[in-house]
Amino acid sequence: MDLTMLQTLRKFSTRMLSALVLWAGAGAAYADLSIDITKGVTDALSIAVVPFARSVPADGGLDVAAVVQHDLEGSGRFRGMDRKDMLSTPVRVADIQAADWRAARNDYIVVGRLSSISNTELVIDFELVNLLSGQTLLQQRVSVAPSALRHGAHRVADLIYQRLTGTRGAFATRIGYVSVDGAPPAQRYQLLLADADGENIRVILESARPIMSPAWSSDGEWVAYVSFENHASAVYVQRVRTGERRLVSARAGINGAPAFSPDGRRLALTLSGSTGNADIYVLDLATQLLTRITEDPAIDTEATWSPDGKQLYFTSDRAGGPQIYRVGVQGGEAARRLSFGVPYAARPRVSPDGTQLALVVRDSSGYHIAAQDVAGGALRVLTRGSLDESPSFAPNGAQIIYAARERGQAILAMVSADGQVTQRLKADRGEVRDPVWGPYAD
Amino acid sequence: MRKTLTLLVLASVLALSACSGKKVKPVTGAGGEPVTSTQSGAQTGGAGGGTSGTRGTEGSTANGALGPTGELGSQRVIYFDFDNSDIRPEFIDVVAAHGRFLANNPAVRVRLEGHTDERGSREYNIALGERRSQTVRRALLLQGVKESQIATVSYGEERPAVAGSDELAYSKNRRVEIFYIN
Repeated sequence: MDLTMLQTLRKFSTRMLSALVLWAGAGAAYADLSIDITKGVTDALSIAVVPFARSVPADGGLDVAAVVQHDLEGSGRFRGMDRKDMLSTPVRVADIQAADWRAARNDYIVVGRLSSISNTELVIDFELVNLLSGQTLLQQRVSVAPSALRHGAHRVADLIYQRLTGTRGAFATRIGYVSVDGAPPAQRYQLLLADADGENIRVILESARPIMSPAWSSDGEWVAYVSFENHASAVYVQRVRTGERRLVSARAGINGAPAFSPDGRRLALTLSGSTGNADIYVLDLATQLLTRITEDPAIDTEATWSPDGKQLYFTSDRAGGPQIYRVGVQGGEAARRLSFGVPYAARPRVSPDGTQLALVVRDSSGYHIAAQDVAGGALRVLTRGSLDESPSFAPNGAQIIYAARERGQAILAMVSADGQVTQRLKADRGEVRDPVWGPYAD
Repeated sequence: MRKTLTLLVLASVLALSACSGKKVKPVTGAGGEPVTSTQSGAQTGGAGGGTSGTRGTEGSTANGALGPTGELGSQRVIYFDFDNSDIRPEFIDVVAAHGRFLANNPAVRVRLEGHTDERGSREYNIALGERRSQTVRRALLLQGVKESQIATVSYGEERPAVAGSDELAYSKNRRVEIFYIN
């Protein structure tokens, strides 16, 4: 695309471009993700998740209890029980022989039953019991459409997790990420969405040219990203449900680092124009009004919003090397530097409660994910890889997903916000990178 | 435990496309790139199609007959030091050769594609790659090349020339590639 074409596109008329892209090919068109824990807490809670009663043809063969157990174990805070060690498989509280379960060193037990209310509604009834006290801590019914039973299982895990840890679960959420297959110069890029456990993978964009920086809107309806499909960077937003795409910015130079404001009305962007100096702007999606946020010869990029929508955190090398800064969106005051003590700090993300920053730092052993209070203070280095990058908070603030390299393979990983629990999400082929954790669906 | 719910995914994808009312199309256009319906007639795979598949490597004339010939002119890749966007002394004459050719042929256009190695944050690397393209661009402008003859793009770390996480791969990835586009 030549310069005059880019200048024409400067008008930013939103255009409906091609709809959801279907990969027409035999076999798996994307790599599977598998999740495993590399480090859990030392005081994990022991919980037995007994297979639920399933006499329901509409459940599609899904083992709900297995999904619940996998979610809880994957958090690193629970130790589940092997089914082959279960002496009985009660499905209601009255059938639980507590002594047997306590003898097997369980602190808690979950029992449940699936039933069909109608053609369009399944229910999962379950109870969580404290084996030491005998108290039923939870007795709940989760209702779902048959096609969403897996999602219902994740909601069961959320409820158990919240009851026992005090933190809302994020098992029923989704992630987005980029996958790259093939060797240079013939790489193939995909933008994918998946459940947070790596299941239900869906390709939403496919290209011979790079895709990067996926970002969700707070309502989960839209994903913004950068695509190089026209031999230059451009920012698009795409409606998740329908695949409808809109070109947001294809100005000369850099179009990058999109971030939705919490109210979904604005997009923070990095633009450079033809002179190539990266600065941060805010685009009003309805009016197309562009507001410049930074104006200096340094690189300013990777903006992210505070939860109240009033401030932007970003990366700038105005001090010589990349560091984290914060500035008010309204303008009128200088940006304030927030990172100190490391020669390189970049790619900030704010926790949902607005109190913590996740960022990438470089020290003598490489690039790691770190966290610090937004108000300043000591950096806590959370990860130990040498090429860790792209942190993104789960919507409960308890975990951070990020990209890493392990034995030469690019993988995704998760670390708990306190650094205690780590997991890996590996693709069975190719590289995965640039993860973003989606919002709660409600 | 790893379950591939391929069937479920395919079903939901087909259902979605039915909802959108459009016929689902296979992905590929001319260079395997996603089909975009408008672009005001400006093809993406078409013109410039010569540049979409092949990529410059050291010393090759990937753009065919376009651009300056000779030893300097046939070199289309400029390499850079870590965290640096200055043109190294050994490449000054190469850039000058391209500058002379372009100044003498004002109808000819180039696209400068900047890249970094994989270390560090992706979007920051996009900006670093652009800095490298801009350095080459400014050197060309100083030789009388017109602004309208030069386009720049940065791929940051997204399109390495050489896969790998060692210093050799890194040194081959910190580069600006010069593509003649008409």
